[in-house]
Amino acid sequence: MVKDNRLSAKLWAFANWAVIGFFILNLFGMIATVVTSSFATRWLGTWFPAGWTTRWYSSAWNEFQLYEVLSVTFQIVFLVVFISGLIGVPAAYALARRDFPGKKLVMLLFLLPLLVPPITFGIPLATVLYRAGLAGGMSGVVLANLVPTVPFVILVMIPFIEQIDTKIEAAARVFGANTFKLFIYVLLPLLMPGILAALLLVLVRTIAMFELTFLTAGPTSQTLVVALYYAVFAAGVRAVQSIDAMAVIYMVTTLIWLLIALRFVNPTQIVARAKK
Amino acid sequence: MSAPTIPLSQRLAARGLDGLTLLVLPAVLFLLLLFIYPFFYGLFLSFNPKAGGTFANYSRFFSDSFLYGTIATTLWLALPVTVLTLVMAVPIAFRVRLMKHQRLLTTILVIPITLGTVLVAQGLLNYLGPQGWFNRTLLTLGLISTPVKLLHNYWGVMISLVITGFPFTFLLTLSYLSGVDPALEQAGATLGAGPWQRFKHILLPLLLPGLAITFCLSFVQAFSVFPSAVLLGAPAGPTRVISIAAYQAAFEEYDYSMASAVAMIMGLVQLAIVVAVLAARGLLYRGPAGGGKG
Repeated sequence: MVKDNRLSAKLWAFANWAVIGFFILNLFGMIATVVTSSFATRWLGTWFPAGWTTRWYSSAWNEFQLYEVLSVTFQIVFLVVFISGLIGVPAAYALARRDFPGKKLVMLLFLLPLLVPPITFGIPLATVLYRAGLAGGMSGVVLANLVPTVPFVILVMIPFIEQIDTKIEAAARVFGANTFKLFIYVLLPLLMPGILAALLLVLVRTIAMFELTFLTAGPTSQTLVVALYYAVFAAGVRAVQSIDAMAVIYMVTTLIWLLIALRFVNPTQIVARAKK
Repeated sequence: MSAPTIPLSQRLAARGLDGLTLLVLPAVLFLLLLFIYPFFYGLFLSFNPKAGGTFANYSRFFSDSFLYGTIATTLWLALPVTVLTLVMAVPIAFRVRLMKHQRLLTTILVIPITLGTVLVAQGLLNYLGPQGWFNRTLLTLGLISTPVKLLHNYWGVMISLVITGFPFTFLLTLSYLSGVDPALEQAGATLGAGPWQRFKHILLPLLLPGLAITFCLSFVQAFSVFPSAVLLGAPAGPTRVISIAAYQAAFEEYDYSMASAVAMIMGLVQLAIVVAVLAARGLLYRGPAGGGKG
């Protein structure tokens, strides 16, 4: 491409970078405030806190019962990851390999939960789960969280499965493998990178999924993000630094998994899930 | 003599229905049970109010300004945010698409999406406060003389929506833009088209259908704002969005029938905007965005 060296083009480029720079500056400023505050002894009306301490972490750990909250969070998240893989991957395989009447309708069924925002379908869903006696416990939270994650796994996996040559499967069939053996010995190893990527994305999304967990969780089935919401909501009851320490623990938990996920996927994949 | 009948299983297999196709069933059943059924259950419930006739919930919603006002409040937040994030995202996506090292930028931008609205709300409560770094910097630079009030009003919610919405819109636009073959633009340049002409006559028409989808997704996200409207806004007044009304009906008044009615209205408004945008999209060019033959 010919490089445009006119002043107007340079100004326009500068304006673009200024906008993105301003955005990132504020984003990091926001995150840095939380981190700084969580280590502050007292921080009122100055640029930086009066002194530094780590005691807010131990007080947050005790006050918010973070041990229980974290173990509940990981139980829920791993259950969601496991079940959505178990239901999603075979469904994606069927959809990638077969054309059947009503396939478009099935695809629409899988697309809708990703397009409709969680709070919109979450309220009727929570009502049904409460009526069924499932909400308020861990099973209700897991079921609600599976609603967007199962379609997510399916839509991520379909293109991945489509690119695997059917001749490999035909060869396995010729050598006498049944569907189960084919799945375990041939497909699973080939699909592993895709499954890993899809499930890591599910993991990151489920840790951060606020609305569905919030609507269905009881006192003993709160995940970290819901506990954080209640802490911020009732601000004034606890020291700000204590809430910030909890927020840092939440950030670290989420970002570690994000970093792991980004080794396998492109950042745009986290967003561009509904692309056809 | 009649033709030999083909077994049913073979006839079904010819139409793509065999044992393998059945693997899709668990997922379909799961979503029918937990996505489609709750929707119809909610719809049914909304017409069975606690008191009054079939349409009592809906008539109550549209006669109480505290309830119907939430639609305008939410639109007044969601539409400006969506337009603003798109206007910011498109030029930046155009600039970034030609960069070799996009990865660092996209990784940074995926952070606020991953952290989610609750954490962004908590961070902004510190950052935008009267003693926070944002106001402090503006005061030091002499741009303002008293701290700007950015919390517990319209602006707090607006800013938090931009922080989570801009990266979303940007990454989506970028992924659509990278689907447009650069050869088309180069051909335009060879034929003497300047940057603005190339944008107006080549890239924009190819990108518009994708932008329509981006607009819909960003709008729907912004329209369902919940935690930041409570934590950063004024949930009793200026930022009483529709999801707050639905939540209060369900979990504070325990009126699930009314809550379902509000959720249905929320879904309908979203659908109306999406349908309007997609109908407009139908008027646009839809064809290959790649160069070459075929």
